[in-house]
Amino acid sequence: MLDIRRRTGYLFLAIMIGHVILISAQVPSKSGPKVLEAVVLGAFAEVERVTAAVTRATSTLWGRYVDLRHVREENEALRQQMADLQVRLQEERALSQRAAGLQELLGLKAQVDLPTLAAQVIAGSATPGFQTITIDRGSADGVVSDMAVIGPKGVIGRVIGQPVAHAAQVQLITGRDAAAGAMIERSRASGMVVGGASDPPLALEYVSNLADAREGDLVVTSGIDGIYPKGFPIGLVESAARGPNLYQIVKVRPLVDFSSLETVLVVMTPPSTAASRGPS
Amino acid sequence: MKTAWVLLAIALALVLQTTLARFTVGGHTPVDLVLVAVVYAALVRGPVTGLLAGTVGGLAQDALSGGLVGVGGLAKTLVGFVGGVIGAQFVVAQPLSRFALFFAATVVHGSCFLSVYALIGSRGSVLSFGQVIAQAVGNGIVGVAAFQVAAMLPGLRDRRRARGRFFRR
Repeated sequence: MLDIRRRTGYLFLAIMIGHVILISAQVPSKSGPKVLEAVVLGAFAEVERVTAAVTRATSTLWGRYVDLRHVREENEALRQQMADLQVRLQEERALSQRAAGLQELLGLKAQVDLPTLAAQVIAGSATPGFQTITIDRGSADGVVSDMAVIGPKGVIGRVIGQPVAHAAQVQLITGRDAAAGAMIERSRASGMVVGGASDPPLALEYVSNLADAREGDLVVTSGIDGIYPKGFPIGLVESAARGPNLYQIVKVRPLVDFSSLETVLVVMTPPSTAASRGPS
Repeated sequence: MKTAWVLLAIALALVLQTTLARFTVGGHTPVDLVLVAVVYAALVRGPVTGLLAGTVGGLAQDALSGGLVGVGGLAKTLVGFVGGVIGAQFVVAQPLSRFALFFAATVVHGSCFLSVYALIGSRGSVLSFGQVIAQAVGNGIVGVAAFQVAAMLPGLRDRRRARGRFFRR
């Protein structure tokens, strides 16, 4: 029988060479060993589902206890907020009717609501530094790779890899190697939002030096990438400066607070068609 | 049996790491529990267990992170093996020396990780060197605490047994 303890050095070398081959095999094609990913994700998704449920239950229980202490003041504030919102709703309704009339006049197609699927975040990234999350919806729910994931405040990311039955991995827009076609809503200057920066975590690249970009401008998806639906908010321009070459250096602060993600929405339209539909 | 315990510890570390990361999404988790488990296994069981634990833990972490599969495996295999060799050659029994080993292991792991991603020309950095140092401190504290807890456990078990015998009398 082979005594591997006497051949530790050879074993170490063999494993290291194996790793190098494994990495090299993925670099040209960018397609990793799907079987390993699927098996590990499938197995851990079940454990994480239980862990997330326990964590959520504990957090809810504690939250309810703490909330009880401030419920009266909060109730008053919420009543006031509701009254304000009702007024705003009336205003928005009036505006919407006016816009619908104008749209009809111009002969434009009616806006189509995007079919979405709510999903719970069950895990963060296993490796510190990677901006990924795991959600509790997968191939059994119709989730496929490259589907956009959004939240109430804006774009969150996209599904990466091959989803397993009840789980899928989502690459956050702030992640290294993440990108989305984007434009400045006010001036319609288009570019590409990329993640991986430190603070703020997003940058709007390929915006011409001649284009109009100002601090506080809203950056929305342009839909040209074929993944993210057009018109969804991404973030606000934090700074815009003339670049040394043809393009400006535009830093963008995301609207979504990624530190408190619990529920997200998966856009269920296939990636290539999702981009042509959207809120604007 | 010992292998099963090591695998269980790595699985537990992975579950804890992903649960912890849920609350720091978009930020940075200042501890890598899988790396702590690998270095711990290497120090306690030697280089073979260290490198195998590093391979399993690293590959599982890679598969769950959406990055290139093998980068974390390579870095953790290296750290597991070297940690095991150091643990077998030197007496690493004091909290300070253990802290130093966990710290150094994290720096080597981070450097290896960043170097591989730089070599393959990936855009953007996975971690900054400042974050690696912060993680090294975090891993050092957790690693030393893990040894202290493990050292207390047999005593705790013996005390419970003794208390049980006392009540049965």
